[in-house]
Amino acid sequence: MMMDFRLGERSETFRAEARRFLDEHLTDEVRERMHATGVHHNWDFHRARVEHGLLAPGWPEELGGQGRDPLEVQACLEEFQRAGAPTYAVGTTLMVANIIRHIGTDEQKQLIIPRALGGEILIVLGFTEPESGSDVAAAQTRAVRDGSEWLINGQKMFTTNAQEADYVFLLTRTNTEVSKHKGLTTFLVPLRQPGVEIQPVFTLSGERTNLTFYSDARVDDSLRIGEVDGGWQVMTVGLTFERTGPQGGDSVRLLRAMEEWALNSTDDAGRSKAEDPDVQARLGRAAAENEVSLLLARRCAWLQNAGALPGVEGSMAKLFASEALTRQSADFVDMLGPDGVRGDGDPAAVGGGIAEYYFRFAMGTITYGGTSEIQRNIIAQRGLGLPRPA
Amino acid sequence: MDLNPSEEQQQLTDAFAAFYAKECPIERVRDAEPSGHDADLWARLCEMGVLDMAVDHASGGWGASLLDLALVAEQHGRHLGPAPLVEGQVAVRLLARAGGQAAADALSRSLVDGRLTTIALHPPRSGELALVPAGAVADQVIFYDGSRLMCMEIGDRRVISNLGSMPVADITVDSSATELGRGGQAQQLFELARDEWMVLMANALLGIGDRSMELGVEYVKERRAFGAPIGSFQAVAHGLADAATAVDGGRLIAREAAWAADEDAERATELACFSCGFCSEAAGEASYRSLHYHGGYGFMLEFDTQLYYRRAKAWPAVFGEPSQMFARGAAHRLIRTDR
Repeated sequence: MMMDFRLGERSETFRAEARRFLDEHLTDEVRERMHATGVHHNWDFHRARVEHGLLAPGWPEELGGQGRDPLEVQACLEEFQRAGAPTYAVGTTLMVANIIRHIGTDEQKQLIIPRALGGEILIVLGFTEPESGSDVAAAQTRAVRDGSEWLINGQKMFTTNAQEADYVFLLTRTNTEVSKHKGLTTFLVPLRQPGVEIQPVFTLSGERTNLTFYSDARVDDSLRIGEVDGGWQVMTVGLTFERTGPQGGDSVRLLRAMEEWALNSTDDAGRSKAEDPDVQARLGRAAAENEVSLLLARRCAWLQNAGALPGVEGSMAKLFASEALTRQSADFVDMLGPDGVRGDGDPAAVGGGIAEYYFRFAMGTITYGGTSEIQRNIIAQRGLGLPRPA
Repeated sequence: MDLNPSEEQQQLTDAFAAFYAKECPIERVRDAEPSGHDADLWARLCEMGVLDMAVDHASGGWGASLLDLALVAEQHGRHLGPAPLVEGQVAVRLLARAGGQAAADALSRSLVDGRLTTIALHPPRSGELALVPAGAVADQVIFYDGSRLMCMEIGDRRVISNLGSMPVADITVDSSATELGRGGQAQQLFELARDEWMVLMANALLGIGDRSMELGVEYVKERRAFGAPIGSFQAVAHGLADAATAVDGGRLIAREAAWAADEDAERATELACFSCGFCSEAAGEASYRSLHYHGGYGFMLEFDTQLYYRRAKAWPAVFGEPSQMFARGAAHRLIRTDR
C-alpha cells in the first residue's frame, strides 16, 4: 500500500451525494428557523435525511443504515458540518442508539434502534448537573427503585433539544454508600411525562438549551441501560463515541467567508485586501490550522476503518479543532477592524456577521463534548503516559 | 486513505533511524558546534546515497519521491543532524530539473566530484546573498537574481555565528556566476525548490518537535516536587498535551505536503507553506515546553533540550517567520477557485 491522503473515490462520490442533498434540503427557511428559534433541529430536514439514507449511513443495512465505511461517513459529515446543517440532535440520538446496540437488551434494541434510525424519535443527553460537569461521575440526580419502576429526582443542565426529544439518556445515582464511580446507573427516561419539567436556557451563541427538572419522574426498569450501579462502564463506552466524528467544519465555513471578504474588499488606497500581507497571514494561519483539524479528524476515521477505536486521537482532534475555532474567530473579528463587531442584523456586517457569531459560538465548543482541560488530561495520561494527579 | 508509510518507505525510515542513532548521537551534535557542520557525517550520508536518491532516474539518480525524502528528513531533525541534508537535496533536484549544459555540469560536480551545492532561499540584495543555508561549507550556490537562475562557485563569504549553530554565511555575488536559465521557467524552478525546501524543513522540524517531546515527557515523569512527579501537575501536563497535539498534527500536514508534491499539484505550494509554518510553531512549542519543564536544568548548556529549542527557531528562520509562510500559502490559495 502507498500512503494516500485522499479519502478515496467512494467517499468522494458519497460526499457529492451529501452536497446535493444539502443544496436541496438545507433551505434558507430551515436556516432562518434555526436562527429565529435557537433550536438546531428541524424535523422536516431530519425526515428528509432519513428518506435519503443520510441519517445513519455508517450503520448496517439490516438496522436501517447503509453500511458505509467510516471514511465515507467522514466525507458525508464533513459536508453537513461545513454547511452548518443542524446535526447535534442526530449526534446524541445515534450515540445513545450505539450504546444500546453494544450493551442494551434485545427488548431495548427493538424498541429504540428502528425508531431512532427511522427518524421517529430523538434522544438527548442528561449528564451535566448544576454541581457537576467535567466531573461527570459526581452526578447527584437520584434514582430509587419502586416496584418494577424507578423514581427519579434531581436536575440536569444543558439538556439540549429536550423540548423536541422523546428520551433523555440519564445518568443517576442509585447508591450513595459506595465510591462515586460505583453508585451510578443510566436510564432512558421518557421526557413526555408529568414528572419532567423542561425550562429553556439561552446561550451566548443564540442557541437554545434547557434545564430539566425531575420530580418523581418514572422510568420502567426495562429502560435501564446496563447494570444497576454499572453506569460508569456505560458512560465509558458512550464518551468514547462522543469524541469521534468530523471536526473543524465551522472553521471551514468561517474561513470561506473571510476569504470572500478579502477578495472583494479594498483598503483606503484601493488595494485588494487579498494582497495585504497581514490579511494573508491571518487567512493562511487559519487555513493551515483547518488542514490540521481535518487531518486529525480523518486520522480517527482511518483508524476506525481499520477496526481500531480512536481514543487519544479523538481527544486531539476535538481539542485542536475547537481551540483553533476559538483563536480564529477572535482573530477575524480583529482583522475586520471596527466592522468586526457588526452583528447579523446589520446589512453591512461581513458575511452576515459570521466572525462575531463564531466568536460567541466557539466558546461552547471548547466546553461541550468534554472540555479542553478534560481532553488534555486524556492526552497527557493515556497518550503520553504521565501520572495522574495525586 | 492510508496514513502508514509503505513497506519500502518503512524500511528506508528504519535504515536512516539506525544510521542516525549510530552515527549521530547527541555528543556528535555538540562536537560540531558552533560551526554546525560535521564533514565526516556528511560524507557518510553521501555514501548512504542522500544526494543520489534525491535525483530522478533520467539524471542518473535513484528517483526518490519527496515523501521518501521527507521521512528521512524527519530522522535528520530528530537527531539534529549537523549536515546540509535539506539544502543539498533541494539543490541537486533543482539542477536535475533545470536542463541545459551549465546545470548538467553543476550537477555532475555535486554528485560525482562531491562538490557541495546549496541554494540561496532569497534573491541577492545589494550584491549579497544573506544567511545562505550551508553557505559556510558549500562549494557552489544556486540563486535566483529576480530574472535569472544562476550557479556560482563561492568565493567571498562571511560565516555568521547564529542562534541555531547552522553553517550559514553571507555570500558575495561575483562575476563568475553562470546562468542556468531565465524568465518564467527559471522563476518556476526557483519557486519549486523553495517549496521543496519548506516541505523537507517541515518534516525535519517535526522530528525536532517529536524528540523534544520525548525529552520533556521522560523528565517530568521522573522529576519530583511537592511530593509528586511534576508530570502529574496539570500546569505541566496540559502544556505537554497541547504540544503533543501540535506535533501529531504537524506530522500529518508535513507528510501530506510531501505527498501532494506528486499527487495534488494544485495544492502542493500552499501545503508546502502551511506545513512549514505549522511545524515551525509546533517544534517551537514542543521544545519550549520541554526546556521550561526541565526547570533550571533546561537553562543549563549541559542539558540537551536547549539544543532543540535553538534549532526549532533558527532552522526555518533563514527562510522566514511562520507568518510569512502562512501569507505565502494564502496568496496561492486565494487564486484557486475550488477552495
